[in-house]
Amino acid sequence: MGDQLPPVKAVVGQLTINANTVLKAYRDLEREGLVESRSGIGTFVLRRPPGPSPHTQMVLQRGLDRWLHEAQDAGLDLESIEALVRGTIYSAMNEGVA
Amino acid sequence: MSDSALSSRGLAKRYRDKWALKSCDVEVPVGCIAALVGPNGAGKTTLLQLAAGLIRPTSGEVKVLGSAPNQDPAWLAQVGFLAQEVPLYRRLTGDQLLGMGAHLNPSWKETIARDRLESLGIALDKNVAQLSGGERAQIGLALTLGKQPRILLLDEPVASLDPLARRDFLSSLTEAQFEAELTIVLSSHLVADIERVCDYLVLLSRSQVQLAGRIDELLAAHRWVSGLRQTTEGSLAQHEIISESHTERQSTLMVRLNGPIHDPRWEVGDVGLEDLVLAYMGRKGVDDMAQTQRRLSIVEDRP
Repeated sequence: MGDQLPPVKAVVGQLTINANTVLKAYRDLEREGLVESRSGIGTFVLRRPPGPSPHTQMVLQRGLDRWLHEAQDAGLDLESIEALVRGTIYSAMNEGVA
Repeated sequence: MSDSALSSRGLAKRYRDKWALKSCDVEVPVGCIAALVGPNGAGKTTLLQLAAGLIRPTSGEVKVLGSAPNQDPAWLAQVGFLAQEVPLYRRLTGDQLLGMGAHLNPSWKETIARDRLESLGIALDKNVAQLSGGERAQIGLALTLGKQPRILLLDEPVASLDPLARRDFLSSLTEAQFEAELTIVLSSHLVADIERVCDYLVLLSRSQVQLAGRIDELLAAHRWVSGLRQTTEGSLAQHEIISESHTERQSTLMVRLNGPIHDPRWEVGDVGLEDLVLAYMGRKGVDDMAQTQRRLSIVEDRP
């Protein structure tokens, strides 16, 4: 928090993308209250995005790692794993679970 | 039309018995980077040359920054044009070309051109002929930017450059657009570049504009739909079908949405820019489309 985002011109030049795209992204962040634009100085980070803390994310990722190994041990290749994950997410969303 | 940097109404250009451009209506908003795409011979260069005042329309009108192209120095000073082959005097050095730019342009700003080239490390004391294609393109762009135009017209500016030079050139372009609040219209075949750099699209095919608009809005307005081969009557009838392909059992269509798709028999997916461009380029004429619609609506489910 408090960090300064790179100036729009720098992002535009480094990533070779349209300035309007960068400006829109910065505006979206500001509207979400994550950054603050101080005119003439720059754009600064105000707070973290909502959602689980890095620790919680790490715990979840470890769980996923374990499951991946299980799937691999069961003989699933990468494509089958992806298909299974996508299919599960899809049906969970349709049931209103996720 | 006050917020259009470039606009045309019924613009047409004929060479002998061939129409290079027909009934062309476009509006390019101020401050965007617009991509002009289409197959070879679709009229991209013709449209850019008409906008720059290098050729005259057979009929219709084009306005750039509110005026028809003319010889008024005030108008010319606001319009930058860079041809595909980057025509520079090859026996002059970069320094000499910058000197020329200063003499030929009333609103010339030396630092804009020179700083840009020096930061890129381009040797300004060498003859242009000794430089690489990418360096020549950068000199061409710097000269065009030095005159401080409000609109920049670029005909396939990166077509002949290697990937790295292309990236550098487009970086310079996006930066310059941001700093100077320019409007840029560029023709290109490279959809990946367009996706990053441009926010407006004009698609020409068969000498006519087939599609134009802000890229994010265009993408939001189109969907892939696929499902068992079946009639479009009812479920898709309200949408415009842009492309379609069928196998024995399966149909895949790109549609321009006219409201949501509720029919659960169709699987609906987002459209990428490349898909969109290809679909419109390959699209049949309007008369053919009407026939296709009829044919499709009588297709029956196969056993």
